[in-house]
Amino acid sequence: MNKKKIYPQWFLLVPLALYILFFLLPAFMGVGYSFTDWNSRSVLNGLNFVGLQNYIEIFTSDKDYLSGIGHTLMFTVVSNIVKMIPALLIAIMLQEGLRGKGIYRTLFYLPSILPFVIIGLLFKSILNYNNGLLNMILDAFHLGFLKQKWLSDLGVVWKSVLGVDAWRGIGYVMTIFLAGLNTIPRSYYEAAQIDGASFWQRLRYVTIPMLTGAIMINMVFGITYGLKVFDIIYVLTNGGPGHATEVLTTYAFQLYSKGQYGMSTALSSILLLITAIAGVFVVRTLGKQEVQQ
Amino acid sequence: MIKKKHIQQFLKHVVCILLCLTIVVPFYMVLINSFKSKAEAARMNLALPKEWLFVNYLEVIKKGNLIQGFFNSLSYALIATGIGVLTCAMAAFVLGRRRTRCNVFLYYFFLCGLFFPVNYVTLIRVLGAFRLNDTRIGIMMVFTSGMIPFCVFTIRNFVSSIPVELDEAAVIDGADAVNLFFRIIMPLLKPTMVTCFILQFMGVWSDFLTPLYLSSKSRLFPMTMAVYQFFGKNKNYWNYIFADIVLTCIPVIIVYMVGQKYIVGGMTSGAVKE
Repeated sequence: MNKKKIYPQWFLLVPLALYILFFLLPAFMGVGYSFTDWNSRSVLNGLNFVGLQNYIEIFTSDKDYLSGIGHTLMFTVVSNIVKMIPALLIAIMLQEGLRGKGIYRTLFYLPSILPFVIIGLLFKSILNYNNGLLNMILDAFHLGFLKQKWLSDLGVVWKSVLGVDAWRGIGYVMTIFLAGLNTIPRSYYEAAQIDGASFWQRLRYVTIPMLTGAIMINMVFGITYGLKVFDIIYVLTNGGPGHATEVLTTYAFQLYSKGQYGMSTALSSILLLITAIAGVFVVRTLGKQEVQQ
Repeated sequence: MIKKKHIQQFLKHVVCILLCLTIVVPFYMVLINSFKSKAEAARMNLALPKEWLFVNYLEVIKKGNLIQGFFNSLSYALIATGIGVLTCAMAAFVLGRRRTRCNVFLYYFFLCGLFFPVNYVTLIRVLGAFRLNDTRIGIMMVFTSGMIPFCVFTIRNFVSSIPVELDEAAVIDGADAVNLFFRIIMPLLKPTMVTCFILQFMGVWSDFLTPLYLSSKSRLFPMTMAVYQFFGKNKNYWNYIFADIVLTCIPVIIVYMVGQKYIVGGMTSGAVKE
């Protein structure tokens, strides 16, 4: 059988061309342009090579770009933790034979299919201080002391953003965990039960080791999502109050709309570097696991 | 022992129902308030409207550019996703079957895209070079290229589960590459292709960042952009904004309900090996 003939290389042509042209090329061009003073007036004045000036500006100026980088990393780590742990517990609860599992699963998954813009607008109204739903409910239960300026108080705003993000994402993470749980043979749990293992022991010695596949995939999706997060922050707070919730992508967009293209691509290039490091790390661990299997 | 089990079940249902409420109540609030008058909706409470104003919806459709937005979203999602999934299936088939050094490298090369962010600023320049700035085709091509890594990754994993003997039998019967793929392999790949299609369709429908950078003309706006623009112009008309939210959500919810079986089953099949 002639493999060359029945698995022709030209089948790869369209995806490869599109992927290189509209995905990779801009990414690497961005690295190149980040060393220039490219801006909205460059059409007239031409482009100049400025070396590391953009990067120096990012790391030394008083415009809080550094905290944007920090926020991106913080969001990636924290948003994953606040989604994965509850999602795992809910998945286990549903898996252990609960009537109506299908309905619950459908409902829990629902928020994660909706556009972020919609969720952002929805929660802009729910988190409104004066007449938003959340503060209203707190009042109704005589919990008025818990009321907050959810989106404008510096100490609370990140918690609100992370909460909204979890509201949307938990169902998705849970669904992947459920699929993973489905593959664990019941007999493992029966054996553990006979040995007198408690819930936490079963979780620690049976469930989690058997779930590494699902955990890994959730980490991959979660990390890549977290590093690139934009929509939810842009719509909910637009980086505010002040620059309190600014992340790399929102800064990059802001600089772009101000016409400072070179600076914008420099920030994107930093993000590219961070994702590349995260990617290498993830692929390494994935590779190790395949070897173990 | 049995009693303890009953109590446990009961408690679990309580937890689940409370969790469901956190999802249902916001949706209920949006729906109810979308029928109220401006003043009533501004209070955002859960009471039924004094008067059901169905005209809110007509008003939003007219003012919010929604019909155009709907057809823009639909064409972006259908065409970009259709082309993306089909061509990725072809690529994934070859990558899965002919594992030469070059193809293994290309596979990982595609996978990089799962991580990398798109640099929109330079992307605009690339599109400009092809005279595709601010055009539907340009936006669609960007959407397609964005989904390639995920589709190649998911479908290639599935290709390995199709026995090679099928290919051999088909070739002996005189099939060439195109026939083999479209008549033998593609029908078998259908479940994962449908999954990819639904997930990416919903992804394109929800996308906000791509049109934000790439469309400066409002006639190219998809629904998400139309809603956001509408919100910017009518910040105090929560009744209209809620009606707008409902209209934008309906298409995705329909797709979700219809394709649910594929989403839940397929999203994880590549990830969690059974």
